Order: sequence, then C-alpha cells, then structure tokens
Amino acid sequence: MLKINNLHASIEDKAILKGINLEVKAGEVHAIMGPNGSGKSTLASVIAGKEEYEVTEGNILLEGDDIDELAAEERAHKGVFLSFQYPIEIPGVSVTNFIKTAINETRKAKGLGDMPAKDMLKMIREKSELLEIDRKFLSRSLNQGFSGGEKKRNEIFQMAMLEPKLAILDETDSGLDIDALRIVANGVNKLKSKDNAVIVITHYQRLLDYIVPDFVHVLLDGKIVKSGGKELAHELEAKGYDWIKEEVNA
Amino acid sequence: MSLKEKLVSSFMAFEDTVDVHSSVHDIRTEAIKTFEAEGFPSKRQEDWKYTSLNSILKHDYSVFPKHDNDIEFKDVKKYFIHDIDAYKIIFIDGKYASHLSQTTHDGLDVCLMSAALTKPKYKVIIDNYFNKIAKKDGLSSLNTAFSMEGAYINIPKNKVVEKPIQIIHFSTGNEAAVMLQPRNLIVVNENSHVQIIERHQSLTDNPVLTNSVTEIFANKRAIVDYYKIQNDRQTASLIDNTFINQKQESLAKVHTFSFGGKLIRNNLEFYQNGERIDSTMKGITIIGDKQHVDHNTLVHHIEPNCESHQDYKGIFDDSSTGVFNGKVVVEKLAQKTNAFQANNNILISDKASINTKPQLEIFADDVKCSHGCTIGQLDESAMFYLRSRGIPEKEARALLMFAFSNNVLDSVKIPEIKNRITKIIANKLGVNIGFDL
Repeated sequence: MLKINNLHASIEDKAILKGINLEVKAGEVHAIMGPNGSGKSTLASVIAGKEEYEVTEGNILLEGDDIDELAAEERAHKGVFLSFQYPIEIPGVSVTNFIKTAINETRKAKGLGDMPAKDMLKMIREKSELLEIDRKFLSRSLNQGFSGGEKKRNEIFQMAMLEPKLAILDETDSGLDIDALRIVANGVNKLKSKDNAVIVITHYQRLLDYIVPDFVHVLLDGKIVKSGGKELAHELEAKGYDWIKEEVNA
Repeated sequence: MSLKEKLVSSFMAFEDTVDVHSSVHDIRTEAIKTFEAEGFPSKRQEDWKYTSLNSILKHDYSVFPKHDNDIEFKDVKKYFIHDIDAYKIIFIDGKYASHLSQTTHDGLDVCLMSAALTKPKYKVIIDNYFNKIAKKDGLSSLNTAFSMEGAYINIPKNKVVEKPIQIIHFSTGNEAAVMLQPRNLIVVNENSHVQIIERHQSLTDNPVLTNSVTEIFANKRAIVDYYKIQNDRQTASLIDNTFINQKQESLAKVHTFSFGGKLIRNNLEFYQNGERIDSTMKGITIIGDKQHVDHNTLVHHIEPNCESHQDYKGIFDDSSTGVFNGKVVVEKLAQKTNAFQANNNILISDKASINTKPQLEIFADDVKCSHGCTIGQLDESAMFYLRSRGIPEKEARALLMFAFSNNVLDSVKIPEIKNRITKIIANKLGVNIGFDL
C-alpha cells in the first residue's frame, strides 16, 4: 500500500525528516509514536502533500506509484486521507456542503458523475450515526465553534464518507475525553478492512488500547529508530522515551 | 470635440424635441448649466481620487442612439430572473421595449418615466418628487438634463406588492458606442412594500457608458428592497447614482452585486428624514482582469433613534482595483443613532488593489458608530485542508471566496435572486460546484 524510502524533508531549509523508511501493507494498522518535535506531524503532512515541505531525498510510493509530484487533492483522489491534529475552522461552508463537494470532486477525478442526492443523504445518515453525530451539527459551519471532541469526530466522519485506502490519524486522541475517544476509535475500527490501512500518530498509548496496532514505530529526530509490536507502546508508556534515546546513542 | 462639449451642444436641439412639463424644462435647463460648469469629475476631487473616468470618456459615444427593438425575449431571457412572476420594465438603447415588458396601472403605477414627465395626471407627483434628492453634481445633473426614459413606480398607501419589479436596460451597440442616461423615480407610500431588481446589460462588445440616476422615496413605514445585479460585459461601464429619502420607521435595503463591467461607480446615498429608520446597504464585489469597482456610500443620519448597516465584501484578482468610500454623517439632533459599517476584502493577486476609506462625521454625543475594514489573503492552511479532502485548488479557492462573502446573501429575501447570484459567482470563479445556501 504505502512504501516510504529514505525520506528526507525540510521546511524553510530546516531538515525535519532525516531518512524515514516505512512500509505499510493493506489491512495493517501502524502506530507512530515519539516525543514532541520528532517529526510525526511533518511525516503526516508530507504524505498528504502539504506544499510548504520540500522533499529533498527519497520517495513515497502509494500502491507502487511515486506520489511526490502530486498535489494534495490528487493524493486524496488516490485514497490518502489525513485526519488533522488541528482541523481548520471555515466559516460559511457547512459540513454537509464540504463533504458533498469533496466526494463529488473525487468522483469527477475518477471520471464519475455526481453521487445521486438520495445516495449521498443515505450515506451521510449512516456515517453520522456511526460517529454519533447530531444532524443539526451537519448544517453548521465547518469546525467553527466545535469542541475538541466534535472536531475529531467530524474528521473521522469525513474519513468514513471518503473511504480512503490509507488513513493517517494525526494526534486524533488529543483533546478527547474518554467517551469521545471511544466513539472515534469505534468509528475507525468499523472502517478498517483488509483493503485499507491506517497510520495512527500519537504521543500516548491510550488510543492504542482502542485502535490496536500491528506495528509500533518510534520516531526520534526525524528517523524511525525502533519498531516493534503493540507491546512496544506499553513499554514506552511505562518507561518514556529516554531509554530509546540512550539505545540510539549507544 | 470632447464628450462634454458634444453633450452640451446637443442639449438645445434635444430640448426642442421633447414635450415635458414646463417645470421639468426649467429643471433640465438648470441642470445642463450645472453640468457645463462642473463637467465630469476628475481625480483631483477627493471623492474621485481612486477612480478615473478618462479611459471611458474617450470614446465617441452616440448620445441619442437609434431606436432598435429587434430583440426577442429568447435572446435575452438569461438576463431576467425568469423563474419568478414579476413586473418588467425593459429598455433597449434607452427606448421602452413594450414586447419585453409587463407594466401595470392596476392599483399601482409600474410604468414609464417618459409618461410621468409628459402626462398631466403625473404632474403633481413629478413636481413633488422629481429631482428633489438627486445630487446637484456634474454627473447627476447631466442625467437630469437628458432624463426622458426609465422606470416610474408609484405605490399607493398600504399596498404590499407581491411581484418583484425588474428594470433592465439593454444596449445593443448597433452603433459604435452609446451613452445612456436612464432615470428612475420610485415613490413608495405609507405602509407599502416593494421589491425591485435592476440590471444594465450590453449585448455586444461596443463600448457603452451608462450614467443612471434613481430617486427613491420611502415614506412612513414603507419597506423597499432593492437589488442591483452588475454583471455586464467588460466593454460596458456604469455610473450608478442612487438617492434614497426615508421617512419615519421606513426600511430601505440595497444589495449591490458587482461582478462584471469595465468600470463601475456606485454612488449610493441615504437620507433619514424621520425617527426609527433603518437603512441597509450590502454588497459583494468579485472582479478580475482590469476591472474597477468603486462603492461610494453616504448615510445621512438627521433624526434620532435610527440605524444604518453597511456590509461590503470584495474579492479582487488579476489587476483589478476596488474602492470603498463609506461616509456616515450623524447630525447633532440624531441622538441614539446606531451606525455600523464593515468592508472586508481579499486580494487574490499581487497586482490587485483596494482603497478602503471609512469617513465618520459625528456631531451627536450619544451614538453607537462602528466601522471596520480588513484586507487579507486566502488562508493557506484552509486551502490545504480542503485540498487534502480531494477538492482541487481552483474549487477550494472558490469555496473559500464564496464562504467569505456569502453572509451578504442572508438578507436577500427572494430565493431566486440568491440562486442566480450564487450561479453568477460560480461562473465568475470558473467552477461548477453548488455552494448550497
């Protein structure tokens, strides 16, 4: 599904990613953990195609195709989805209109016509129920005045609507109380299948109790320095990151 | 011969041919003198500092275009809000086009200025209202001197006019270039309600200059909803002079949607002669290329307990230029005035520019007056958010631009107008997406 080879990326000439190698296969859940400033969100943004970052070395392959030169929307059309750590507030664009536009533009890119209104409504109803989202919420301006939990549920709602092949959840657990966390995790688990993959980026092990990863990677100073199974997350939770730093420096 | 000389020298001949009330003759003769003295405005005048008429005055305009009614409804249907039942007062090259119009005298007058200016039964109204609030500057005086045709609307007391009234001025450009001087008079009496849609549209690429004057009288508790749709070809220019006189407890709202045209200057003035009056003026301007749109507004608060609301949004691409000059005068007597003014702008390109200037002259001490103007760019993080969901760059930009301006549409009471404006915006931004209201 996703293969990242020796990826180096920088912003305003400051190197952030310094040689990432990662392979994610269909059906897998990968967790990327690491302390603040290690490059986790940068990795997510670079995969999603944020233009401020410059890839200086290496490449990103999605289903065998190099996506380095593709615009963010083209990556989305190929099935990349990024759940934002800080979803952007957009006054004047309703949640419904936003998601309709996103779906129809993605269909257009694939040479399909607009989704029939009836199907769209049905899908919106199903997916909003999955995320326990109130209907009234859907006519509000996108993320404007939403609580932290509402913003994250809205992100996963969009993921549910867009049915991506590769979903990257950037700190989706931050700002969530335990009920919201459960709803979000439940949503993600329901969307998981053998044909798609999920990358969970998180500080804490908490979310991984609900979305159980097949692999855990530790990102430190722009590199993946350790990989393991889900037990690695527990170890990090108990011991912090210092022992890994020592291991790396040794 | 300059355009000014041409106009002044043709006035006498013109005046001999028209058969208007003698009082109107006097007004027109006075007006041509004012125009002769003042001429067209220049950038030396404070109010015209950022708008130069030089490029549009250089054409050799035909001042009295030939009569041509050879236009069928199907050719111009798209310029009508045709999905509503409406009265229609339609002109082609300044002449009334009866085959495209639907006027009435049944309980209200929705008809022609030429009739009002000549027929004895309208003389009282003309004497009471004609040229009473139009400014006596060069441009309005020029229009007054040549005023002959336009819409005449008189709504008697206690009448809610259900059907909106559409006023459309077409120009065919059958001659090389035309200058038009449409003149509208609208009198809305006590407790009455009227909705009006105005549009100027050229049908060819020959230059057109329209210098329009509209006088509106909203008497006690009257409600006037006025919509100006400015989406003309980029060879057509418009100077719109609209003056509104309001009596107590009346409500007047003017929405101005400016997307087309080469140069547009909107002079929009409200005079509040009574208490508890509400004046609202809103606008969306979205232009590109070398287009220029100038909104010059005035609200004159004369008596206590009145409100005014101004909200203009502007989006400027390419080398387009915008001007917003919003003047609010609060007289000493006008205590408890609430006056709000907002002008927010987005510059899409490095070459686009906007000059925005609020002007508050407040002589009363117990008032609430606020004003704010902003100039910004599209939010790049919002762009990435939209694009990461599969919305391409152009569509994402359009969506953000529409979102930026769409609260102006909240106060549009006719859904068909909302839909039409939305479509014009999508078209202007080159996208095919529904913005959903």
